Amino acid sequence: MRAIVTVIGKDRVGIIARVCSILAEKGVNVLDISQTVLQEYFTMIMLVDVSVCDIPFAELAEVLHAEGEKEALNIRIQREDIFEAMHRI
Amino acid sequence: MINQREIMQTIEMIDQQHLDIRTITMGISVRDCAHPDIEVCSRKIYDKITRCAEKLTRTGEDIEREFGIPIVNKRISITPAAIAAESCECRSRVPVAEAMDKAAREVGVNFIGGFSALVHKGFTEGDRKLVESIPEALAATERVCSSVNIATTRAGINMDAVAMMGRTVKEAARLTASSGSMACAKLVVFANAVEDNPFMAGAFHGEGEAECVINVGVSGPGVVSHALQACKGAPFDVVAETIKKTAFRITRMGQLVAQEASARLGVPFGVVDLSLAPTPAIGDSVADILEIMGLESVGAPGTTAALAMLNDAVKKGGVMASSHVGGLSGAFIPVSEDAGMIRAAEKGALTIEKLEAMTCVCSVGLDMIAIPGDTPASTIAAIIADEAAIGVINNKTTAVRVIPVEGGKVGERVEFGGLLGSAPIMPVNRYSSEEFIARGGRIPAPLHSLRN
Repeated sequence: MRAIVTVIGKDRVGIIARVCSILAEKGVNVLDISQTVLQEYFTMIMLVDVSVCDIPFAELAEVLHAEGEKEALNIRIQREDIFEAMHRI
Repeated sequence: MINQREIMQTIEMIDQQHLDIRTITMGISVRDCAHPDIEVCSRKIYDKITRCAEKLTRTGEDIEREFGIPIVNKRISITPAAIAAESCECRSRVPVAEAMDKAAREVGVNFIGGFSALVHKGFTEGDRKLVESIPEALAATERVCSSVNIATTRAGINMDAVAMMGRTVKEAARLTASSGSMACAKLVVFANAVEDNPFMAGAFHGEGEAECVINVGVSGPGVVSHALQACKGAPFDVVAETIKKTAFRITRMGQLVAQEASARLGVPFGVVDLSLAPTPAIGDSVADILEIMGLESVGAPGTTAALAMLNDAVKKGGVMASSHVGGLSGAFIPVSEDAGMIRAAEKGALTIEKLEAMTCVCSVGLDMIAIPGDTPASTIAAIIADEAAIGVINNKTTAVRVIPVEGGKVGERVEFGGLLGSAPIMPVNRYSSEEFIARGGRIPAPLHSLRN
């Protein structure tokens, strides 16, 4: 199953590294990353594969969200299907 | 891969424009729960609801987490209780409502619909007993919603039922006087009621429905108003196209959630109801959409035309996005649940008469309108008759959910809390309809019902 991770917040050193290390720890494979910084505002979008993830999806979402809270970032993970449904026929 | 702009657009809709799935409603047939002893009947209804809906709330929450889309309500509708309890020998049907309430609490849903009767052509004994029990049932329970269908295009208007519902609404208001006549917020009087509506308070599981089914109601007035802000001053062709595209996106989300919920619960998917359902939250208002189209206030001349276009464009956009569209599908205009409607009613821009005109072109009817407590039952019945006539003649669903606030006067405000919001008490025409309602009988079906 594929999912989209989005990270939004103020830019600073090590955001990508931190998120990627959490994902790697849980067995989540990163398939694609895109990132922009607009007026110090950081937006990263990752396409990931969670099919061999060690923990349930909901728990992974919780871990990422908690990390975001700690770092004053908005980190979320959503199944890719929701974006597909909304934007593709 | 989906591009970055699209991903951010979806996230903004959820975060800033209040996009949500308004409800996942499980429809459950309780026709097999009949028994002459109402205690046994009620127990069977309780058992069946708790068995079928055991995983409903948890499944809803799981989907919410995985897709990152809020699912605001998980709800249940059952077969009209008048049918399930038809053979019960005792007079009161309140124990059935209590069993429904207890079951709702047990499975963690905030509303359960179906304390209902379909009496558009006449009453059975069981129907009469159920309608007589409505005020007490709604006063004694917290989560139970009730609806009564008093007219259809095919049958005409049952004016005896209309008169009875006028009295029922008054009595429900009296019994819950201490809570702003709250019971009336849970009671809907329908013409042409639909069998698969997932929205409360009017949801029930119709007679033509399967054993158990999942219906989903989507929402998103905030998303539509945000999209329209980008086409300021543009002609209506552009406005209609923008609404259609937005409705399509919203409905696709609903369809996805409906299919997922249906698969996980092992219950067939029924319909997606693509309604714009406002909430009291700022920016989640249908009135705002109408005002963005260029009206100084909702209620101003042009409101009906604006709403007609909105309602139609929502349907056109949504229909292609879902395999089965049903329920009420359109724009809701509940006064107490929409910050913009409340504002307009408070400054006198929006009157009950204008709202009545608006109900000719939108998906339901006079909804969540607080009126003075001294409004006579016959006047409420006559308001119901007017709405029913609009529905019957125009082949559409209409409804009345008015709250004659016990002791309340015009201009005061009554608080219902939560999604039900708060409502200013609106003035009602003071001239009497008493003799008109006292006639009783049936208003015959209109000519266009004879189509065979």
